[in-house]
Amino acid sequence: MRDGCRTTIFFRAAERWWGAQCVPPLVIPSPGTSERPRGGDIGTAWSDAPCPAVLVDSGGSVVEANDAARALFGRHTADGSAQSGLPHWLAEAHRRLGTAGLPAHVVSGAVAHRTFQAHPSPGEGGNVVWWLVEDTALRSAEQALRSERERTALLADISGALLSSLNVDRCTEVTARMAADHLADAALIVTPAQGRRHSLTHAQADRAVTQTTAHIDAGSVPGLAEALQGFPPVPTRWIDPEDLPDWVVPPGFDRPIGSVIVTPLPGHGVPAGVLILLRSSTQRAFTDGEEIFARLFAARAGAALSAARLYAEQASITATLLQELLPPRLERVHGVEYAGAFRASQDHERVGGDFYDVHPGADPSKETVVVLGDVAGKGLEAAVLTGKIRTVLQALLPLSGDHHQVLGLLNDALLHSRHTRFATLVLASARRRSGQVELRLTSAGHLPPLIIRADGRVEEADTGGMLVGALPRIAVRSTDVVLAPGETCLLYTDGITEARGGPLGDQLYGEARLQEALRECARMPARAVVERVQMIAAQWLGEGRHDDLATLAITNPVGGHGALRIVDGHEDRRRRREER
Amino acid sequence: MAESLGSAAPEGLADRLWAAVIGRDESTAVRTVCAAADSGVDEETLLLDVVAVVQHRVGVEWAAGRISVAEEHAASAITDRVVAALAHRHAAAAGPGSRGRVTVACADGEWHALPARLLAEVLTRRGWSVDFLGARTPTPHLIADVHRTNPAAVLLSASIPTHLPAAHKAVTAVQSLGIPVMVGGAAFGPGGRYARLIQADAWAPDARTAADRLAEGLTAPQSSRRHQVDDLPHLADQEYTFVKNSRTVLVRQCLAVLDERGPDMGTHSPARRERTAEDLAHLVDFLAAALYVDDDALFTTFVAWTADVLTARRVPARGLVHGLSILAEQLHDFPRALAFLGTAAEALPVTSVPPGPGITV
Repeated sequence: MRDGCRTTIFFRAAERWWGAQCVPPLVIPSPGTSERPRGGDIGTAWSDAPCPAVLVDSGGSVVEANDAARALFGRHTADGSAQSGLPHWLAEAHRRLGTAGLPAHVVSGAVAHRTFQAHPSPGEGGNVVWWLVEDTALRSAEQALRSERERTALLADISGALLSSLNVDRCTEVTARMAADHLADAALIVTPAQGRRHSLTHAQADRAVTQTTAHIDAGSVPGLAEALQGFPPVPTRWIDPEDLPDWVVPPGFDRPIGSVIVTPLPGHGVPAGVLILLRSSTQRAFTDGEEIFARLFAARAGAALSAARLYAEQASITATLLQELLPPRLERVHGVEYAGAFRASQDHERVGGDFYDVHPGADPSKETVVVLGDVAGKGLEAAVLTGKIRTVLQALLPLSGDHHQVLGLLNDALLHSRHTRFATLVLASARRRSGQVELRLTSAGHLPPLIIRADGRVEEADTGGMLVGALPRIAVRSTDVVLAPGETCLLYTDGITEARGGPLGDQLYGEARLQEALRECARMPARAVVERVQMIAAQWLGEGRHDDLATLAITNPVGGHGALRIVDGHEDRRRRREER
Repeated sequence: MAESLGSAAPEGLADRLWAAVIGRDESTAVRTVCAAADSGVDEETLLLDVVAVVQHRVGVEWAAGRISVAEEHAASAITDRVVAALAHRHAAAAGPGSRGRVTVACADGEWHALPARLLAEVLTRRGWSVDFLGARTPTPHLIADVHRTNPAAVLLSASIPTHLPAAHKAVTAVQSLGIPVMVGGAAFGPGGRYARLIQADAWAPDARTAADRLAEGLTAPQSSRRHQVDDLPHLADQEYTFVKNSRTVLVRQCLAVLDERGPDMGTHSPARRERTAEDLAHLVDFLAAALYVDDDALFTTFVAWTADVLTARRVPARGLVHGLSILAEQLHDFPRALAFLGTAAEALPVTSVPPGPGITV
C-alpha cells in the first residue's frame, strides 16, 4: 500500500515550485495599465473569462493576463518560476513552441497547489495566448480511484490467500508474509500462549518466513499484553522503537527501526493474536491511511486465523472420536491371514454402519474371533452404534466359545439401549491346526460367508439366523468350515451385492456375479481378495450412489506354514538358522 | 546365507523376486529383498530397479495373456508386502524426516497404488515426512488432510487416463489452498502433456525425478482467480459432458444395434452380452477422457492396446473396429468424437468391417 498512499511526484514538484513565499512578485502588468488586446467586447470577455489566460510574446515575456490569471498568479509566487513570472513548465512549453511552431500539444502543470492544462492559441505578431484549464479535481479523483482500486485488489488478494487455508500455521505464515510485503518492512505475529510459550512468526521482504516458539514477557512490549487478551478491544498503538526487546526484531534484520505499531488480530470471541509492524527509519512512518488499512488487514487476518483455529480444534476432536470407530488395520495372526476393506457410502465420510473387528487369540492354540456386521442406517449415527456393538462384543470375548450365547447377550444389550436400530452380523472363530484353518461361523441375519476353495469352487457357508436388536429372543445356526492352504472365507455386507450399476447402468451386482468373480480368487492372499472385490464393486458402481461396502477375508495362506507376520522376515531367518 | 550371497545386481534380484512373486511365495519374496538390503544394496535401488520392475513385468505378462487376473492380483499383493517389509526395515533404522512434510496420494478412482507407494518410500528415504493417503483418495479427504498437515507439496499419481478429470479436480482444489501439486503416472500422457494441460505445478516421469524436482523446491501457485474451465476451452462444445453422461445410453444403443444385426455379434449369451457391454463401456470411458484433454492419441493408444490384449487372447480385433463404427453411428452429431473414433479405427490393422464375433475380451 506504500505506493498507493504516497503523494504523487506531481504534487511534490508543485510544492517545490510554489511552496516558498519569500520571493519577488510575478512580473505581470498591473490591471488597467495596458491596452486591451482586442476590441472592447472581446476584451471584456477575455478579461472576465472564467479560465486564466495569458498573452505571451515570442521572447517569453507576459504581455497581458486576464483577471483569472492575475488572481491565480498573484496568489502564489515562487523562486521556481522563470523570469517572466510564468511557472517553469509553462515557460518551457512556450520556448519549445517558439522553435517548433504551432500547433502544439497541450501541456500540464501545477500552479498554487492546483493543476492546469495549458492550451496555446496563436495571437498577433508571434504572440501566443495560453489558456489554462483547471483539472485539479479530475486528477485528484483519478488518483483516489487508482489507490482505491489498488487497495481493493490487494484486499481481494489478501482475503483470497487468507481464506484458502484452514491450517493455523499456514494462515499465520500467509498473514505475516502479506503484512511484510504490503504494510511494513517486517512483520511479527504473536499468537496467544500455548501453555507458557508463544508462537512467533517473523516475516520480512525477500526472506523466508520463520516460525518459532518462545517464552516471552508480553509486558515487555507496550500494548502487547492487552492486545493478546483480545477483549476489551484495544486500538492500534504506536510504540517507541527504543523500547523493543530483541525478539520482536526479525532475525537478520539489520536496519535501524524507525516506527512500530502493535495491532490486535480480533478473533471470534477469542484473541487470534497480535500483529506487530516495523518500518526501518529510512522509510516513512505510517500515515493515517496506512494505519486504517493495517486495521482492515488485521480484521481479515484475525477472522481467518480464528476460523483456522476453530477448524483445527474440531478436526482434532473428530479425529479422536473417529479413532475408535474406524475399521482396524488387519494383519496375519497365528498363521491365518486377515484382511479387511471398508468404503463409506459417502466419499467424504470415513465411517458408516458397516463394521468389522479381529480379536486375536491369546496364543496360537486359542481361537481368534472375527466379526463383520451391518447396522441399519448410514453415516455417523450408524457408526456410533457400531462402536457400541464392537465394545459389547469385545467384553463378551471370554464367552466366544459359544456363539449363540454371545449373540443372545448382544441382542439383550441392543434391546435395552436407547437406540432403536438393529444389526446383522457374522461371527467367526478361527484357529490354525496342522496346516488347516478351522472356522466356526455364525450368521445373525447376515449374508452367509462365501468359501473360496483352492480349486476355484465357491461355496456358501451353511449358517443362518435372526438379526440382533429386534426381538427378545434370537435363534441362530452355526457351521464348521475347514480351510486348506490357498482357501479363503469371505465375509461381506450387502452393499457389495446390492451395488447398482454395471455397463447398462441400473443392474444389481448380485450374488451370482460375486461368486463368479470369486472363482478367480482361489489361492490369492487375503489382501488381494478384499481389494479385488472392492475394486469390482467400485467399477460396477461407477459414480453411482451406494451403501457402505465392507469386506473381510480369512485366508489360509498358500505358503502353508507361513505363520509369519510380514515384519518377521528377520526373525524367520534367525529361526531357520537355529533350526540348522 | 546363500541367497544374500547370490547376485546383488538389480537384474538378477528382479528375476529371483519375479520367480517368488509369480510362485505366490511371499516369504521367499520378502526374504530375497530384505537379504539384499542387509547385504548393502541401496533401498532406493531395490524399490525402483527391482520391485517396480517386477510389478511392471506383471502388467506386461497380463496384457500378453500369460497370467490371469487372479495371478496379477496375487502378485501385486506380494510386491505390496515386500514394500511394507522394506518400509518397516527403514522405519526401524531411521528417525522422522528432517526435510519437511509432503502428501502423496492417488487420484480419486485410481486403484493402482504401487507407483505412489514406491514414491512415498523413496521420499521417506530422502528425508521427507510423507503422508501417504493410498489408492483412490477422494478429493474431500485429500483436502481435509492438506488442511490438517500443511504440506510443502502434494504429489498426485494417476495411471489410467480415465481418471484425468478427477486428477484435474484434485490439482485445482489443492492449488486453491496455495499448495503446489506435482503429478506423475502414465495417465498424464507421453512427456506429461496432460499435466501441463491441467496446469499442475510440476510433472515427473518417475520417482527419482520426482524426488530431485521436489528437492529443488516447488513454487506455490498464486492465489489464482483461474477456473478449471479456463484450462480446457474445448470443453465448451459439451461433447465430453454428453459422452460421459450418456455412457449407459450409448452402451444400450450399441447393444441394440448388435442385436439387430444378428445373434453372432457377441450378444448370444447373457454373460457374453455383459462382457460386450463392458468393452463398449470402456471404449466410451476412454473416448470421454480423450475428449476431456482434446487429444485423439489418448483414444487411439487405448484402442491399439485393447487390440493387442485381444490378439493375445486370440480374439480377432475386427470386433473392436465394429464397436468403433457402431459408436460412431450413435455419435454422428459430435464432430470431435467422430474424428477420434475415425482416427482410432484407421490405426488398427484391420480396417474393413466384416460381420464377425463380438468384441469380447
